[in-house]
Amino acid sequence: MSAGPAASRHRELGLTDREYELIIEKLGREPNGVELAVFSLMWSEHCAYKHSKKLLGRLPTEGPHLLMGPGENAGAVDVGDGQAIAFKVESHNHPSAVEPFEGAATGVGGILRDVFAVGARPIAILDSLRFGELASPRSRYLLNGAVSGIGHYGNSIGVPTVGGEVYFEAPYEQNCLVNAMCLGIAPADRLMRSAAAGVGNLLVLMGARTGRDGIGGASVLASAELGEDDASKRPTVQIGDPFEEKRLLECCLELLDRGTLRSLQDLGAAGLSSSAAEMASKGEVGLEIDVGRVPLREQGLEPFEIMVSESQERMLCVIEPDELAELEAVCARWEVRATAIGQVTADRRLTVIDSRAGADHVVGDMPVEALVDDCPLYDLEPARPARQIYGAPARKLRSEDPRDALPALLSSSNLSSRRSLFEQYDCLVQSRTVRRPQQSDSAVLQLYPDEDGDGVRPGIAISIDGNGRRVACDPYHGTVEAVLECAANLACAGAEPLGLTNCLNFGNPEKPHVAWQLERSVAGMADVLTRIGVPVVGGNVSLYNESGGAPIYPTPVVGMVGRLPDVGSVPQLGFAEEGHEIALVSPRGFQPSLAGSELAKLHGAELPQGLADIDVGAVWECIEQVRGAARGGTLASIHDVAEGGLAVALAECCLAGRIGASVSAPDGADRLTGLFGEGVGRFVVSGPPEALSALAAGLGDAVATIGTVGGASLALEGGLEWSLDELGGASGALAAAFG
Amino acid sequence: MKARVLIRPKEGILDPQGQVVERALPALGFEGVSNVRVGRMVELELEDTAGIEEMCERLLANPLIEDYEVLLLEPAADPAS
Repeated sequence: MSAGPAASRHRELGLTDREYELIIEKLGREPNGVELAVFSLMWSEHCAYKHSKKLLGRLPTEGPHLLMGPGENAGAVDVGDGQAIAFKVESHNHPSAVEPFEGAATGVGGILRDVFAVGARPIAILDSLRFGELASPRSRYLLNGAVSGIGHYGNSIGVPTVGGEVYFEAPYEQNCLVNAMCLGIAPADRLMRSAAAGVGNLLVLMGARTGRDGIGGASVLASAELGEDDASKRPTVQIGDPFEEKRLLECCLELLDRGTLRSLQDLGAAGLSSSAAEMASKGEVGLEIDVGRVPLREQGLEPFEIMVSESQERMLCVIEPDELAELEAVCARWEVRATAIGQVTADRRLTVIDSRAGADHVVGDMPVEALVDDCPLYDLEPARPARQIYGAPARKLRSEDPRDALPALLSSSNLSSRRSLFEQYDCLVQSRTVRRPQQSDSAVLQLYPDEDGDGVRPGIAISIDGNGRRVACDPYHGTVEAVLECAANLACAGAEPLGLTNCLNFGNPEKPHVAWQLERSVAGMADVLTRIGVPVVGGNVSLYNESGGAPIYPTPVVGMVGRLPDVGSVPQLGFAEEGHEIALVSPRGFQPSLAGSELAKLHGAELPQGLADIDVGAVWECIEQVRGAARGGTLASIHDVAEGGLAVALAECCLAGRIGASVSAPDGADRLTGLFGEGVGRFVVSGPPEALSALAAGLGDAVATIGTVGGASLALEGGLEWSLDELGGASGALAAAFG
Repeated sequence: MKARVLIRPKEGILDPQGQVVERALPALGFEGVSNVRVGRMVELELEDTAGIEEMCERLLANPLIEDYEVLLLEPAADPAS
């Protein structure tokens, strides 16, 4: 191993012959082992977005509230009063499929670092998880491990996990998805960027020592399909240490407060290589790194191993030389290791020195531009498959009787109560949480306490969504739905969206049908975001999520952040009071459909190829009116109608409020569609009659009064009735699966 | 048969617990300590030792990140005697 990976290994490192020739051309010679390792990671899909960059350019990235867009460690939006919210979602899918506890834990650790790298204090975590069907022991093992790992890291470091979502579908059986989103708060004028600046300035590595963690992670783990021989990839599992990260977090924030740092960057995928190259590229400078000065956890690491190690809890910063003493003093106070490992140069090259082998022993010398900008970008070759590529889900419900359908849906893995999962998370630490999971459709946080005593507490609402099966039915409309679903969730709390982060989890983009899914999905996201005026602030792409040659459901996960004027007026999800009226808000011309619905899944129906068109304008009008009503504080409850349709939404309102309802829900031949049909943009609201009339004044016949709150059962006109006990028992199925 | 299973973090794997102990010892005046690794021990009584390796692989240890060592000890005292 002394020379690192030999030149003949470029294919094993994920580079094509053509890419390898291009590297030789850019360097003017054959790369040595260190350079090949660095190039292979920098030119991997994970770092270079070589199959997705062209598409991502279609997404809108400008908006009135945007402070920092894509390209930085996290994006940021202005939430008023001089405050910024920085946020981002990122995947940790492959590490979690190998070791779910550590994979999910380090996924959380990584996204936290992205947020404090821009100078924001992390205030909330949300997660988006996908596993195979719960009947499979592997899925239960992965679910348990991932949920414990998220709780371990978030709870230990003291950042609340305030929300998230999980779906169980067979195509995720071998390739689970673990996407973590983090939000942080910072003074808007103190947001930090990562561009290295100032020739002669010092490059300082802070945090944990470097070991052989995750070596090759970016190129081998994140950009190749998982095969049968996963065991060979296992020794590279990264272990997270939330207590080390807590010290690193406080140390970095103090250094930023003092104004000590010129730039700051976290070390994630591809370790030092990627962080240093990105900092140099953005600052249009060069960097010289001495791997001999990097503190090691074990002796004898090769230079290439030090350059690509993914050891956790490390940050890289640039300071002026005379600030080193101050930095060292602050780091010592927080017990954070800090070592000057290099300097900023003018030559726009990444130069790697190994002083262990002699003072100026150069082991790598690469043009920064070649590493960051010259990776070839590939055009996708999308082709719409002639028929649906995913098989029908296993049939779980024989009965076509709506009496049986509701309990079956409530107890199904995708709709049952998530209590047994989110109770493992601390959702209250830091004391900002206003609505806990399942109390509202979005997580609600207050930005700061009511210091001036006027009783008004501005806040933010956050939602994360992305139903892969709907996107598998129709990549364009499924993605439009996911974005609108997030906006609808925010509206339930009275919040207007400010920005969106996304994580595009797809299969192998070199396959035409996956390329088609990706292209249609991004087109849908771009169109709907442009229409509703919400920018993308940043995100992440996770491709090659396949196993045994079959792709996962295409899963664009979107996280949306919105602002609301006063958290004191946020309605609950659940019905509140006997005698309140219940109304259904539906977009103009809305028709519920069972195609691609949860009920269709339980019935084992084939996935349709294509979902109904969405009238985005009509949905948006409903969302805006409901948002206004939520802010008015007159409605007692608001819940958006999502998976499982109207009947499931009503049952959830009853269960959350622990009170029944009598509803004149649709009757007739197409009763199943009326009760369980899906489609985005509907809301179930309740409140005193005058509050509902006020809403109706704004929306006209989009609002229909459908019943009243009261009793101990959900009773639908036409003799359908379920006691709350029965509904509650069904909804507790997920907990029972772990009993 | 009584068995004792010693489980420790694999060589090179980060051991946060060991690091905390290593940092705490000098605070109590113990100098010159390095490479602290913290593992755990499982003691069990077995009717048949045949399954012990599989028990370690599947439950007692996490073979992705831990090494283990099985020590077979003297037969357990017969509870009836």
